[in-house]
Amino acid sequence: MRSLARLLLAPAVGSLFLWMIVPLAMTLYFSVLRYNLMEPGEHTFVGLGNFRFFVTDPSFGTAILNTLLLLGSVILITVVLGVLIALLVNEPFPGQGVVRVLLISPFFVMPTVNALLWKHMMMNPIYGVLAQVWRALGLTPIDWLSDWPLLSVIIMVAWQWLPFAVLIFITSLQGMNREQLEAARMDGATWLQQFRFLVLPHLARSIAVVVMIEMIFLLSVFAEISTTTGGGPGDASTNIAYLIFKQALLGFDVGVASAGALFAVVLANIAAAFLIRLVGKNMDR
Amino acid sequence: MDLNSPSGQKIALGVRTLAAWFVALLLFFPILFMLVTSFKTELQAIAVPSVWIFTPTLDNFTHVQERSDYLLYAKNSLVTSVVSTLVGLLIAAPAAYSMAFFPSKRTKDILMWMLSTKMMPAVGALVPVYVMAQTAHLLDTTFALIVVFMLSNLPLMVWMLYSHFKEIPPEILEAARMDGASLLTEFRHVILPLAMGGIASTGLLCLVLAWNEAFWSLNLTAANAGTLAALIASYSSPEGLFWSKLSAASVLAIAPIVVFGWFSQKQLVQGLTFGAVK
Amino acid sequence: MTRKPLPALGLALAVSLGMAVPLAANATDIVVATVNNGHMIEMQKLTHFFEQANPDIHVKWVTLEEGVLRQRVTTDIATKGGQFDVMTIGMYETPIWGKKGWLQEIKPDAGYDVDDLLPAIRSGLSADGKLYAAPFYGESSMLMYRSDLAQKAGVTFAERPTWDQVRDAAAKMNDPKAGVYGICLRGKPGWGDNMAFLTTLVNAYGGQWFDMSWKPQLESKPWHDAITFYVDLLRKYGPPGSSANSFNEILALYNEGKCGMWVDATIAASFITDPKQSKVADKVAFAQAPQQVTAKGANWLWAWALGVPASTKNAAAAQKFVNWATSKAYIELVAKEAGWAHVPTGTRKSTYANPQFVAAAKFAPAEEKAIATANPLDSTLPKSPYVGVQFAAIPEFQSIGVTVGQQMSAALAGKESVDAALKASQTAAERELTKSGRLK
Repeated sequence: MRSLARLLLAPAVGSLFLWMIVPLAMTLYFSVLRYNLMEPGEHTFVGLGNFRFFVTDPSFGTAILNTLLLLGSVILITVVLGVLIALLVNEPFPGQGVVRVLLISPFFVMPTVNALLWKHMMMNPIYGVLAQVWRALGLTPIDWLSDWPLLSVIIMVAWQWLPFAVLIFITSLQGMNREQLEAARMDGATWLQQFRFLVLPHLARSIAVVVMIEMIFLLSVFAEISTTTGGGPGDASTNIAYLIFKQALLGFDVGVASAGALFAVVLANIAAAFLIRLVGKNMDR
Repeated sequence: MDLNSPSGQKIALGVRTLAAWFVALLLFFPILFMLVTSFKTELQAIAVPSVWIFTPTLDNFTHVQERSDYLLYAKNSLVTSVVSTLVGLLIAAPAAYSMAFFPSKRTKDILMWMLSTKMMPAVGALVPVYVMAQTAHLLDTTFALIVVFMLSNLPLMVWMLYSHFKEIPPEILEAARMDGASLLTEFRHVILPLAMGGIASTGLLCLVLAWNEAFWSLNLTAANAGTLAALIASYSSPEGLFWSKLSAASVLAIAPIVVFGWFSQKQLVQGLTFGAVK
Repeated sequence: MTRKPLPALGLALAVSLGMAVPLAANATDIVVATVNNGHMIEMQKLTHFFEQANPDIHVKWVTLEEGVLRQRVTTDIATKGGQFDVMTIGMYETPIWGKKGWLQEIKPDAGYDVDDLLPAIRSGLSADGKLYAAPFYGESSMLMYRSDLAQKAGVTFAERPTWDQVRDAAAKMNDPKAGVYGICLRGKPGWGDNMAFLTTLVNAYGGQWFDMSWKPQLESKPWHDAITFYVDLLRKYGPPGSSANSFNEILALYNEGKCGMWVDATIAASFITDPKQSKVADKVAFAQAPQQVTAKGANWLWAWALGVPASTKNAAAAQKFVNWATSKAYIELVAKEAGWAHVPTGTRKSTYANPQFVAAAKFAPAEEKAIATANPLDSTLPKSPYVGVQFAAIPEFQSIGVTVGQQMSAALAGKESVDAALKASQTAAERELTKSGRLK
């Protein structure tokens, strides 16, 4: 059985290994070169020069902070709201099917369209829907993208990823042991007690999965930022991915882009290590 | 108020229904707005306050049809998303099975490592992958996109399938094995039905991720293999009003996925419970 | 319940592999990469005329948003990918690429009349005297104001007012309670967004990006005065959310009647005077972009042009296409199919001399004057080492432009003082130029 198990794993591990190793090796190689697409043919070795350039960018610290803030906020929002919504729609009620499709739909929208949608139709302080709602309530509309750029991006990204969490939690809840819940209810357990001692532990693993997967995607949020705020004002909504784009891709500097990418990998590993400590034990209960 | 009495239950159901619909509509509102906008003229689309009562027009949709080869893009999106998801599931399922039912000390490490293959931001890996594709003469082919999508989503599929497989109690498998079932039978007749909800939701999510993938779709393709992401990208013009046209293009781009979602969602509802299996 | 996924899967795989293999082409296929602006969309619609005249050539289109397009074609041309036969490029990259030998020289046929091209446009698309991309449409910038609001406020404009006069006019026209803002200007960070406008503002105040030894000048007096003026002007008389507004956002506002004045690309004129999309189509008047210390570089110059990469395998077909799309005959074709108000402008003298065009386009004279007064080779008061009016045609500029644009946006949004923003911008520019070796 052992060898069979290994055989089953082989295609996944093998293909991923190739997919990882070749770009990684090339990136490592480029990161120590002076390689600009606009100057092909001149690849001189510059050691840590690219890294130094990337790290000494005045926005570097802010970019890291913004990346982590974005990551933490969206994960928190999607997990908490996701669990609540999944619980809400778990038991049957009229129109359950339609409601589920409606709930999942934001995930279907392309990130660039999502960004444009929010920027123009929702958040514009003059003709956006939110501004109209604010005015109807007698308040001055909030200038979302100028005054709260990072929060605006967080809202957009959370809206897009909430369905992902909801879907996974719904699926997980479907597999819950009904008899256990019934028994607990008969024993007089309140809803809150049922939740704490039966439902939450059951959901623990899927929460862990959602957290880890979202972490991976949220670390490289890019389209929303470039379409709406352009990383600004200042660097208030610049994250590491956007910094790489601005510093490197815009100047077609492959060397610095590679150095930045390696930094992003380091940051990702740190975030992963931290999150694993938080939720990891739930993975293989 | 006794929530367990029949009338109490009815009120609870009523409250739940209202709350669920409210939340769903709230989350769906931006998309509804986009849907409505796709039937407006550009002038109506930018009006303040927003126009809700107007004569709908299909101009935007015909414009999208005329101007771009919607069918080509849709076909490419369909092919790349569906095939990459199917192949990915084929590779991921055995791996997830192996890790869920034959865990070893290294299982968690392997899982983490798989996730780490996605840690390099795409913007940083653009040039290496582009050069690789160029050398292999795979630029502007659906094959290249299929490979890239599949490998990008593989870690997710393994993680999600692993999670769903772990929810199957080992006793059921023991029972099947004791009845003398082979591996394939075990998989087809025991695991597949139980995990169908999980497999369906995994498939749907990865399909959507591939469908919406814009970075590689735009950078590795030109005239032949462009996906719907390229269609959308051609509508967000920097100079000129485009809201209603973009809305129409987006509706056309999402439409196939919503159909998928509807069918897959039915699979979710059909998730079998323990009691039924026993 | 069991399913049989395997046969279905096999079929799916077979079908997809079949589709993935490229089919053999019979005619010559050329791939044209372009931006998704209105004129280009029109060109796509009229492609069948070209194909009818040249039955052995088939045109395939790749339409993308400007930023993505630029990145895509640059990656392709730098790695000699050969994915595109015709590229739509602008005045920013043409001189750079032309000098590097990445573009083929444009070789028009006899009837093309290359001297008909507007001189400023032609020189902006050439390097060492050779034309490297044929202009498809060109634009400058100008002041577009609401004649009705100006009349109501008792304001008149000189042909080229000063920025001080513009500020006074904005103060008089500003009426937020009625939903009208005195002036709308770009604020979204980007080298082609807010920085395109701000560069012309700085030019008008007598400033420049870099001096002759490539030292960035962002903390100089002209920059300081210009940006302070800009921030003050928009905060007092501009719409909320300005720091995220670019062309499209302001276009939407203007067409809804919310802006008293707007200084932006001349192509805006064709949109705001179009009754199908503008509520104020008949209430617009034009003046030249404002000056202050000087009129040099006060209005920008940009052209979208069609270039042929040196690595293309279908050079002859590509050149034919470029010829067709930028010829006089093409302009007449658009006029016939879509009307004179929608022809691509800003490229040829003959367009502006055509009475039908002038009759259909109210903005024609102002636009022509704007383009004629923009000179990318001499756009700053002190002498500059770079080419370009609203940008510097060096590879480092995109990166510098974005960072400076972000800083300016922050100053406008009140997150930073103007001095702090300029200091950060200076540092960024110095870093970039030191890295590339241009600044010693």
